[in-house]
Amino acid sequence: MKSLETAGGLIGRTVERVEDAGLLTGRGRYIDDLPVRRDTAHLAILRSPHGHAEIRAINTSAASALPGVSAVLTGDDVGRLTRSMTVGVKANVECWPIARDRVRYVGEPVALVVAENRYVAEDALDLIEVEYETLAAIVDPEKALATDAPVLHPSLGTNLINERSFRYGDPEAAFATADHRIAIRIAYPRNSCTPIETYGVIAEYDPGEDAYDVTANFQGPFSIHAVISRALNVPGNRMRLRTPPDSGGSFGIKQGVFPYVILAAVAARVAGRPVKWIEDRLEHLTASVSATNRVTTLEAAVAADGRITALCWDQLEDCGAHLRAPEPATLYRMHGNMTGAYAIENVAIRNRVVLTNKTPTGLNRGFGGPQVYFALERLVHKIADELGLDRLQVIRRNLVPADAFPYRTATGGLLDSGDYQTAIDRACAEGGLDALRLRRDQARAEGRLYGIGYATVVEPSVSNMGYITTVLTPEERAKAGPKNGAQSVATVAIDPLGSITVKVASVPQGQGHRTVLAQVVAERLGLPLEAVRVNTELDTARDAWSIASGNYASRFAAAVAGAAALAADRIRERLAAIAASQLNVTADRIDFKAGKLFDRDNPDNAISFGRVAAASHWAPGTLPDGTGQTIRETVFWTPEQLEAPTATDGINSSLCHGFIFDICGAEIDRTTGQVRIDRYVTMHDCGRILHPGMVDGQVRGGFAQAIGAALYEEYAYGGDGSFLTGTLADYLIPTVMETPEPLILHHETPSPFTPLGAKGVGEGNCMSTPVCIANAVADALGVEDIRLPLSPSQVSEWLYGEERPPSKPQDSTPVATGASGERLLTGSGSADVVATRESVWTMLLDPNTLKAIIPGAHEVRKVSDTHFRAEVTLGIGPVKGRYHADIRLSDMVAPQAVTLSGGTEGALGSGRGTGRVTLTETATGTRIDYRYEAAIGGKVASVGGRLLDGAARVVIGQFFQALARHAGGGGPPSAAAGFTQRLLSLFRRRR
Amino acid sequence: MPRMNAAQRHVVDFTLNGQKIRAEAENRMLLSDLLRHEVGLTGTHVGCEHGVCGACTVQIDGKPARACLTLAQQVRGSDVRTVEALAPGAAELSPLQAAFRRHHGLQCGFCTPGILMSLDALLREQPDAGREEIREHLSGHLCRCTGYATIVEAALAAAEEQRKEETPNA
Ligand code: FES
Ligand code: FES
Repeated sequence: MKSLETAGGLIGRTVERVEDAGLLTGRGRYIDDLPVRRDTAHLAILRSPHGHAEIRAINTSAASALPGVSAVLTGDDVGRLTRSMTVGVKANVECWPIARDRVRYVGEPVALVVAENRYVAEDALDLIEVEYETLAAIVDPEKALATDAPVLHPSLGTNLINERSFRYGDPEAAFATADHRIAIRIAYPRNSCTPIETYGVIAEYDPGEDAYDVTANFQGPFSIHAVISRALNVPGNRMRLRTPPDSGGSFGIKQGVFPYVILAAVAARVAGRPVKWIEDRLEHLTASVSATNRVTTLEAAVAADGRITALCWDQLEDCGAHLRAPEPATLYRMHGNMTGAYAIENVAIRNRVVLTNKTPTGLNRGFGGPQVYFALERLVHKIADELGLDRLQVIRRNLVPADAFPYRTATGGLLDSGDYQTAIDRACAEGGLDALRLRRDQARAEGRLYGIGYATVVEPSVSNMGYITTVLTPEERAKAGPKNGAQSVATVAIDPLGSITVKVASVPQGQGHRTVLAQVVAERLGLPLEAVRVNTELDTARDAWSIASGNYASRFAAAVAGAAALAADRIRERLAAIAASQLNVTADRIDFKAGKLFDRDNPDNAISFGRVAAASHWAPGTLPDGTGQTIRETVFWTPEQLEAPTATDGINSSLCHGFIFDICGAEIDRTTGQVRIDRYVTMHDCGRILHPGMVDGQVRGGFAQAIGAALYEEYAYGGDGSFLTGTLADYLIPTVMETPEPLILHHETPSPFTPLGAKGVGEGNCMSTPVCIANAVADALGVEDIRLPLSPSQVSEWLYGEERPPSKPQDSTPVATGASGERLLTGSGSADVVATRESVWTMLLDPNTLKAIIPGAHEVRKVSDTHFRAEVTLGIGPVKGRYHADIRLSDMVAPQAVTLSGGTEGALGSGRGTGRVTLTETATGTRIDYRYEAAIGGKVASVGGRLLDGAARVVIGQFFQALARHAGGGGPPSAAAGFTQRLLSLFRRRR
Repeated sequence: MPRMNAAQRHVVDFTLNGQKIRAEAENRMLLSDLLRHEVGLTGTHVGCEHGVCGACTVQIDGKPARACLTLAQQVRGSDVRTVEALAPGAAELSPLQAAFRRHHGLQCGFCTPGILMSLDALLREQPDAGREEIREHLSGHLCRCTGYATIVEAALAAAEEQRKEETPNA
């Protein structure tokens, strides 16, 4: 790395990152790269194919008997050795990392296999037989509240796990006297910032000390360490948790690895050897965590001039099948800033949390912000439209005044600093709003669909560890004792040669923390960047940490870098005292620069940093009296502003509040319904900027994820709870082609509450951009009920109304309608074989022939002349599984036609369908025509149309080739789409 | 090809980053697993194992290929190159790698090796590649951290530098 000159000025500069040389040359050390003990075995997890079902029986004997398998565990085994995970609200439910007697979401762990390698472990999964009795599933949060809705947790008796109402100021009076009441209803979808590296855990158990040692690419918060220790039934000091040096992104998601920490730890204990588990992508998309989906009704009391005098929030939060720690935090993280950037004094809030047959939710970049701001900023747009006012004018009229900071919001937040008016003015001027308006007018004059949207957002960072207790009533809180603050910690150490090591509990996943900390500490000590080395691996058995440790809530720049600055300052003070005694001046005259300590008034009177720094090691007796050692300084810092919720439920949920103002110009293609972002301006006030390159990197990264959330990404579920977006070909993450380049602007107002004046910045665009784009689209189309993601099919619906079914049935075109949430496939085709009709007929009804020609068939049994049972293994994309099929024949007209109907059942999903096969004599033999209709659910359904249809075609092709061969030669199939129903029904599942 | 048996491991002879390698793999073993877990070169990353993310991209006989969609047995006799071979020396970076560092073309670095292998092949085959070609090639890769802009800038800078070096008098 090129040498940087020393002395001040490191903070605020875009230096090259110290992380990069290793990462660019393949020397990163991510969890799957770490060396492990030689006897380490591998874990694979059998997961539920059903959204909701009772487990009647699990037979693991064949799996246990497979050579290379060292342990098989079910929910009962895990239950015997652990305790239910802590649930964050008072409710009569248990929360296990693996299903006990009921599965409640597709992908829920059902059994664990430990084997010599992953390949064998997955072979063993295929041999586990689980008998399910399916239950009606519920995926819609509003329907989950119906009195006759299926209940997920019988002990709870309802799906509503928590409800709280809040009142600040006098909202009733404000609404009663308002000129207007304007409301909006929002259904925010589920999505996930899914990192490119999946979860990984390496666990070990020492029976001698009853202690676990786990390495996981966990990101914090380390309050979860307490949840893990309790679940494993050991004191915290017997649950050593470490993180690898590198982590391949997280964006909140890797908080959700913790249930697997518990599972891998127990598996290691049972297997008697270390266990390693690396999640695959299908597991990740199906069953890691996502953001919550939320239904919100937001109403405003509005004066004639557009001033908002009160807000009334009704939020229905869907946390999935279990309320896993730290949920329902998504619902409460924004509690102090529910009024956004506006000065609104009266607020009413009703928060309800509901459980549905979907994956449990957790941290996700923006955490609660996208849901809140989507409602608030759509409403502000609507208010302007209804009152016939300019939208920007309504925004400006309601802003917190620039001279009001620090500003206490109605709900208890303390907005630390800002000048929203100037930031908006600058964004409009420097972002070219006037030109953009002209562009819009011109486009509209040409008949094109063009709109402009705005979003105004307060971005909270550095969470108050006490905010989640706002979910408890004041009485419950009083009983439980106060929770507040957020300890961040940093250690600065000097070795005997005088070089510096910084250690923090920040657990980065690519943000460049090591570089920024080196900048901060080097600047404080007047050293070049490379004199400071930073270690960000965390080991709970050795390092300083607390529950707030980790990388979440954008706490790094504001809190962690601040703690490092404070630790460096303490060392600096002592070094100055030592140098002063040697240079015969007073300590206040000592300055640090270019690796030297010197008398500010006489720079020649100097001593080298190394010499002063090493004195504590080599000659502690020479230190001036009262000067402590300079070997190691650890600073814990918790801001006093992060107080516990008040008796009236006021809560300052975050320490810092950045500001964002976005402008989006978007055009909609009239023909395709595609939304194109024409221009995007994003203005940020994140306080003092420590590294401009990294700040812009955070903004761009968040923006790209928000583009995904706005236009492409959704965790889609069928009505039966089947998960429909299980691969990256179905869950569409934007590529470079879909990611426009935003204009990034900054307006810095340093935070008075943080040591460096910095605030968080990484999450803001995940909060502002989806609603900003939605506002632009609403402006272009004049549609109020904007739903994400804004896919062409969704937008076309607004343009042209709902798509009507085709007037005549389309053949061979599989459709994914999913009436009951299952994926439907239909198709037809034909094949010619060189054999008489009778012999083909006989072949098709003969179990031995079928076994020979059905791809992947292990066994085909004839139960009666019209009833077959088959066992098949089939793989589609990443999903390979073993299925039992039950097929019945009807409407038989030998040797011409037969209808097959039946169902399949396997670990990976279920299917049922019918199909008609007709045999016709031709000049060269027999022509087989087939037509099928099939529905599939479960894991395979999540593989997506493209893969499924392609796989179906391949399998069917193989079947006919085999049939032709078997019949004594003949041509390959003439059509490709689907004999599926018979094949598929025969051989395993049909899609 | 010799007839192989699913239950056994079979020898795979190939060239890896310029060195002759003899490894053993079951038929079903993926090239990504062979490289990472048998040979021990962990620079090639696995993000999806179904061919979409591009993190596992290596070069096989000079062409970018998904290691997660390639069976280990398929590289017999081939010349395989991974990210570990890009830098000219232990403490050096290639011009492409250096451009990534200069332009902040990476954050977590998980997608980066695959992207480098694609771009390295592109810049070798099309030294005059511009923004559009680069974007086109990058569209086979997913990066969740950077928002791509800095990756494009890094690639453009590397291409520019390479052109300057090749025509020193221009
Ligand atoms: S791991 Fe190969 S493309 Fe994703
Ligand atoms: S740098 Fe993290 S995925 Fe690209």
